[in-house]
Amino acid sequence: MPLIEFSDKGLYCRQGNFYIDPWKPVDKAVITHAHSDHARWGSKYYLCHHLTKPLLQLRLGDNLYESVDWNEPVFINGVKVSLHPAGHIIGSAQIRVEYEGEVWVASGDYKTEDDGISGAFEPVPCNTFITESTFGLPIYKWKKQLDIFEDIKNWVAQNKENKKTSVLIAYSLGKAQRVLMPLSEMGLPVYVHGAVWNVHQALVNSGWKLPEVTRVQPDTPKEDLVGNIVIAPPSADGTPWMKKFYPYSVGTCSGWMQVRGNARRRNTDAGFALSDHADWYGLLQAVKATGAQKVYATHGFQSAFSRFLNEQGIEAGEVKTEYGGEEEESKAAEETEEIIMDNG
Amino acid sequence: MGESLLGNEGITMKQFAKLVNILGTSTKTNDKLQALQDYFEVAADQDKVWVIAIFSGRRPKRIINSTILAGWCLEIAAIEPWLFDECYHTVGDLGETIALLLPEQETQNETGNEHTLSYYLQTFIRIEKETEQVKKDFITSSWQQMDRNEKFVFNKLITGGFRIGVSQTMMVNALAKTVKVSSSIIAHRISGNWDPATTSFDDLLSETVAATDFSKPYPFYLAYAVDEDLDKLGEEDLWQAEWKWDGIRGQIIKRNKDFFVWSRGEELMTEKFPEYNHFKDQLPDGTVIDGEIISLGAPAEDGVFKPLPFAALQTRIGRKTITKKQLTEAPVGFIAYDILEFEGEDIRYKSMEERRQLLEQVIAKTNYPALHISPVISFNTWEELGVTRTKSRDMGSEGIMIKRKSSPYQSGRKRGDWWKWKIDPLTIDAVMIYAQKGHGRRSNLYTDYTFAVKDGDKLVPFTKAYSGLTDKEFAQVDSFVKRNSIEKFGPVRTVKPELVFEIAFEGIAASNRHKSGVALRFPRMSRWRTDKKADEINTLEDLKEMLKIYNQQGVVEATDL
Repeated sequence: MPLIEFSDKGLYCRQGNFYIDPWKPVDKAVITHAHSDHARWGSKYYLCHHLTKPLLQLRLGDNLYESVDWNEPVFINGVKVSLHPAGHIIGSAQIRVEYEGEVWVASGDYKTEDDGISGAFEPVPCNTFITESTFGLPIYKWKKQLDIFEDIKNWVAQNKENKKTSVLIAYSLGKAQRVLMPLSEMGLPVYVHGAVWNVHQALVNSGWKLPEVTRVQPDTPKEDLVGNIVIAPPSADGTPWMKKFYPYSVGTCSGWMQVRGNARRRNTDAGFALSDHADWYGLLQAVKATGAQKVYATHGFQSAFSRFLNEQGIEAGEVKTEYGGEEEESKAAEETEEIIMDNG
Repeated sequence: MGESLLGNEGITMKQFAKLVNILGTSTKTNDKLQALQDYFEVAADQDKVWVIAIFSGRRPKRIINSTILAGWCLEIAAIEPWLFDECYHTVGDLGETIALLLPEQETQNETGNEHTLSYYLQTFIRIEKETEQVKKDFITSSWQQMDRNEKFVFNKLITGGFRIGVSQTMMVNALAKTVKVSSSIIAHRISGNWDPATTSFDDLLSETVAATDFSKPYPFYLAYAVDEDLDKLGEEDLWQAEWKWDGIRGQIIKRNKDFFVWSRGEELMTEKFPEYNHFKDQLPDGTVIDGEIISLGAPAEDGVFKPLPFAALQTRIGRKTITKKQLTEAPVGFIAYDILEFEGEDIRYKSMEERRQLLEQVIAKTNYPALHISPVISFNTWEELGVTRTKSRDMGSEGIMIKRKSSPYQSGRKRGDWWKWKIDPLTIDAVMIYAQKGHGRRSNLYTDYTFAVKDGDKLVPFTKAYSGLTDKEFAQVDSFVKRNSIEKFGPVRTVKPELVFEIAFEGIAASNRHKSGVALRFPRMSRWRTDKKADEINTLEDLKEMLKIYNQQGVVEATDL
């Protein structure tokens, strides 16, 4: 019996009778991070990191939550469970599961470059590693975060010169906070969409020191926005909500922007390949650092990535899960509701 | 953009790559126009000439094929061919895939690469006949000096098909603003037969040179599809109606005893249609005629012409040498629509009525049986014309053209004077069985589908289609494909036969190259039939029935004239 099984509800540990990031309601859920394709509604009990708890409360409402610190073991029916930084977004964790000397790690989403707010990815030695592979092709090789921030700042500066508002499209949870840091160094007012505002407030209330932002309101004067910065989630892109900012230029922050066709499809003016996922080299580095004898790749380019690992002598298989894949779309859907609330 | 280009002495490949980047990603025409103008302001003349050449489809010959080029990339990036293929099918562009896979230089700095666009293009020409090793040395060492953006553009120059979201019209407009000459004059000057390697910027845009290039065609005047209500066009009397023929729009030019045939794509096709030699001497010097290059059935002794399906003409284009068999099986004629130059004078400013008279006069002096004047359809009311239009398919035509009698011959696609009124397409309901990822803005999205009809309890693939759905629908189908694929053959996924689409097409012809025995003209998805199940689709029998009805050659009585 494998320590973790791939069931139709999610990753299942039979010995401990708990699920990791289940996509259907279960009795016990261990959550890697607060994005909606991983943290779903309806379970009776959620175990997560301290930093994730307020975000789950924001998104899933009141439930039975238990939170732990990094590497603080919890024993569930003899199974030792601990959380380790994944570097994806604030509070994101890899889940380490140990029973009778055998160790499995489920990565959740992760990136290997330290972004300064999400915690530095920690390689966790294990026998079996379940890894994401959203960007599991060698065409995905990210530029350094600082270089991308430089590109974004130049773009903002040029828009300001042309008297245009810079509308940056970034997920309300994760990317928005990540770009906020360098943007705040420019000394320009930063306005945010309601969905970004809600996350921002939840983080500030739980003790995060984040640069100041202003929520875009129906009565925000147009003159205040000209040449300044607006951060909005993908679901706001192309909606009437944007009209207020005219004339504006849209910049999209997403790993998918690495390929020109994607940027063109989104009709974005500027694409910044800034991702909260590991690139091909990050994935390989992470897999090797675990020393795992067996790897399961899921979500994204799992078939190419696992084939490559096999050719490298690392036994690997692919697993179908309901995480991501069309990650952008699923997160957009979640944020649509927030927008409706915001517009209403 | 402005600040990075201006004040820079030498305009290098880096600036051109930046220009291409803006043109490729900007969503606003004005921004693109401005970027082009900025570039033209500061670029060296020779670079400008090359930019004009590239954006009007005059690239140097391809010096190496894509497979070899990809092979060099594999070698440098040290990856397996299958992984390269995975990447290519995700990116949807070979030049870009290579640019993304090649290692980035560690010491990339602003002054890294001093070479100009002309340098690269001229080197392509210089080494065209050299050994593969010489080419490899040049290309791989060039890669080493470039950033990712430059590599992409460089690769596009090598692999061809420089379609990056800038139309020739836009380039013409930018140029017109830069040199302060009207855009219709510019359009004419840069059309025709010129070699960027030997033409200077001044020569290209100067009046005198234009006058001595006898091959130069005029820009084509193109029609928009008519809006719903024909009554808005006003009095029927003011308009002339003709059939819309389904061949290749072309211009035939007789000047200085020389004869040229141009396609609308500005390709010189004189050699492809030896039939035209029979009447070229009957045309007076200083004559330019606009019309349709089209395959016509047996020469008409009784004054009848019969267009063959477009598939017949297809056997004639894209071939270097034409066999006797092709000449007899798919003879090509010409249907004249308009006359643009008469007795050496540009008469595009005259009314269509006047031009038509001159055209009739010129054609009357010829006696080649496959050279026709486009018949005028007589009608009294728009309603009557609508009834005539329903017979288009029997005529072998794809609808009706409506032209204002007083209209001058304009350049490009313009509203107001010329309209096309196409017939409704043929349609058939089919189920999607294979899917493949698209190119360009559809990269990494399953948008290229193969469809099947029923034959008993089997499914027979009969066409591919790529267009007709909204972005949202494509995203939904893409997600269906990802969840319901059965098997993977290279880039192609077989998909659970579940989604039904109405496929619209303009024509149908017998084909022995397809399993189904038919080939469709312009197939596209006209509707996603979410109301239909896979067992409610049309059958192979239905397709064959359509073939029987519509594959017949059209027949036009010359007495209609």
